[in-house]
Amino acid sequence: MSEVSADANKSAKQSTTRANVAALESDNSRRKFLTIATSVVGAVGVAAAAVPFIASWQPSERAKAAGADVEVDISGIQPGQLIRVMWRSKPVWIVRRTPEILASLSDLDDRLRDPESEVEQQPPYAKNEYRSIKEEYLVLVGICTHLGCSPQHLVDGEFAQYAEGVPEGFFCPCHGSKFDMAGRVFEGVPAPYNLVVPPYMYINDNTILIGSDEELA
Amino acid sequence: MAGFLAWIESRIPMMRVANMHAIQYPAPRNMNFWYVFGFLATIVLVNQIVTGIWLTMNFEPSAERAFASVEYIMREVDYGWLIRYMHSTGATAFFVVVYMHMFRGMIYGSYQKPRELLWIFGMLIYLALMAEAFMGYVLPWGQMSYWGAQVIVSLFSAIPVIGPGLVEWIQGDYVISGATLNRFFALHVIALPLVIVILVFLHIIALHEVGSNNPDGVNIKHPKGSLPDSEKTPYKIHEYYTDKYDIADDVVPFFPHIVLKDLVAFSIFLFAFCYIMFFAPELGGKALEHPNFEIANPLKTPEHIFPVWYFTPYYAILKAVPNKLGGVIAMFAAIGFLFAMPWFDRSNVRSWRYRSGLHTTNLIVFAIVFIFLGYLGGTPQEDWKIFASRIATIMYFGFFILLWIYSKNEKTKPVPGRIPL
Repeated sequence: MSEVSADANKSAKQSTTRANVAALESDNSRRKFLTIATSVVGAVGVAAAAVPFIASWQPSERAKAAGADVEVDISGIQPGQLIRVMWRSKPVWIVRRTPEILASLSDLDDRLRDPESEVEQQPPYAKNEYRSIKEEYLVLVGICTHLGCSPQHLVDGEFAQYAEGVPEGFFCPCHGSKFDMAGRVFEGVPAPYNLVVPPYMYINDNTILIGSDEELA
Repeated sequence: MAGFLAWIESRIPMMRVANMHAIQYPAPRNMNFWYVFGFLATIVLVNQIVTGIWLTMNFEPSAERAFASVEYIMREVDYGWLIRYMHSTGATAFFVVVYMHMFRGMIYGSYQKPRELLWIFGMLIYLALMAEAFMGYVLPWGQMSYWGAQVIVSLFSAIPVIGPGLVEWIQGDYVISGATLNRFFALHVIALPLVIVILVFLHIIALHEVGSNNPDGVNIKHPKGSLPDSEKTPYKIHEYYTDKYDIADDVVPFFPHIVLKDLVAFSIFLFAFCYIMFFAPELGGKALEHPNFEIANPLKTPEHIFPVWYFTPYYAILKAVPNKLGGVIAMFAAIGFLFAMPWFDRSNVRSWRYRSGLHTTNLIVFAIVFIFLGYLGGTPQEDWKIFASRIATIMYFGFFILLWIYSKNEKTKPVPGRIPL
C-alpha cells in the first residue's frame, strides 16, 4: 500500500518535472518571440525618431525661398538684347545672340584660354560651341570669375577697343577681364575661367527656368 | 586620510582603476621615443578641449558675425590671441603626433594580431579628428574656410544619384551658407569631441586588454605557469594581468617609469609647440592660410585653394585622378587601405627589426611618398605635378599591395623570446 503510493508519488513528480521542462521550453520560445518583437518595435521607434533629426538638416523654408528657381519669359527679347534677372542673389544674363555673332564665335578660339569649355563652369548640356541649350539664347551668371565684379556688355564695336576686331563681348571694369559672346575668357586677363552657366531648362519655347534642369541632367 | 580613501574606494574603484591602468600596468621596458606620441596626443586633446571651451565664450557662429568675432578674440579679448593660437597650433600638433603615432604602429607591427581592433579604434579616432579639424577650419569664416568647405562638401556631389541632394542636406542650403556654419559649429564643439573622447577611451581599454607592443615586437605576457619565478618581473603588477599570465622580467610599471619618460618628451614637445605658437602661428600659410585673413566672399574665388597641411596628401590623390568620382573614391580608399593594414600584412613577425630589407624599404618609401604627396597637394598646380602625383598615388597604394604579396613568405629573422638587453 505504502509502496504503491510511493510509486504514484514518484510518477507524479516525474510528470511534474516533464511538465516543468515543457513549460520552460514554451517560456523560452515566448521569451525569444518577445525579445525579437520588442527589438523590432524598438528599432522602428528609433528610425521614426531619427526622421526629424535628419530632416532638420534640409534647407529651411527661408533658404528654399531665397534659392527658388526663377522663371523667365524670353519671348520679348530682341536679337542682340541682354536682360538681367536675379537668381540666388546673383545677376543672371539672358542674351539673344544674332546669327552673325554666333557665326563669328569659332574665329576666336585661338585667343581664348579655354575655348572648348574643358573646365566645369557649365552643366554638361552647355558644354558645346555656344555654351547654351539653344544656340540663340545664352544664359550666364553675370559675375567675373576673377574677383566677383559684374562685367559690362559692350556692343556695336565698343568691345573692339579691348579686343581687336571683336565688335561685341563682356568687359569687366574692375580689372579688365574680357569674355566673348559665349562667356569664354580671353587669354592674358586676370580671370582664370569662363563665366559660369547656371543650371537651366526650357519649360516651353518662350519660358526658361533658371536653377533647375531635372529633365536634362 | 586613509579612512577617507577607504570610504571612497568602497564606493567607487578609484585606486583599483589607477593601479590597473597606471601604477601596476606592465609596460615593456624597451619602449623608445616612438612611444611618447600617444601620451602627447592625449595632452593635445586636453589642450584642444580646454582652449576650445574658452574660444566658444567669445565666438559667434553666424555668417554675419563669425569673422568679426574671431578678430574680436584676437584683438580685444585679454589673452584671446594666445588661446586661439594654442587651439590652432594644437590642431597642427595633433596631426604631427598622430602621424608619428601611426607610423610607429606601422614599423613595429602594432596593428598585428591581437591588436587589430586597437588599430581600428585608432583609425576611427584619426577619421573623427579629420572631420573635427575640417569643420573647425570653416568656423572663422575666412576665404579659405569658405572655399575649402566648398571643395570638400562638393566632393559628395560626385556620388551618383544621391550626390546633389546629399550636398544640399549637408549644407542646409543651395550654397555653403550661415546654415552650414552653424551646424559645423555644433558638430565641432559638441558631437565630434564627444565621439573622439569615447573612442580614445575605447582605444586605451583595448590597448590595456591586449597589452602594449614594443620595438622588438616581443610578447611580455606568457602563458600562466610557463616562466620560472626567476624570469618573472620583480615589480608589483596588477592581479588583472598576473592572474591570467606570467609577466616576464621585461616590464616596468607604467607609472612612474613611462610617465616620467613621457614627461621628458612632453617638455621637448612644448619647446617646439611654443616656438610655433609664439613665432610662427601661421606656419608660413600652411596652418593658417593667408586668404583666411579675408572674410568669406561667395563671389570671389581665391587664386589657389589648398586644404591645411595635414590634408594635403589626400588632396593630391584626389587631384591625381582625372575623373571626379574616381578621385573621391581614390581619396577615401587611401584612408580605407590604412584601416585594413592588419590584413594586408600576412607576416607574424611584428617589428621591422626582425623583418626583411624589402619591408623596411617599403615602409620608408611609403613615408617619403606620403610626405611628397603632401607637398604636391599643398603647392600650386603645375604640369609636372600632375604626373608626379599620379606616380605617387600609385606608389601609395603599391605599398599595401606589395606588403600583401611579400609578407606571406617573407624571409624574417628569428624573434627572441625575451626582450634583448
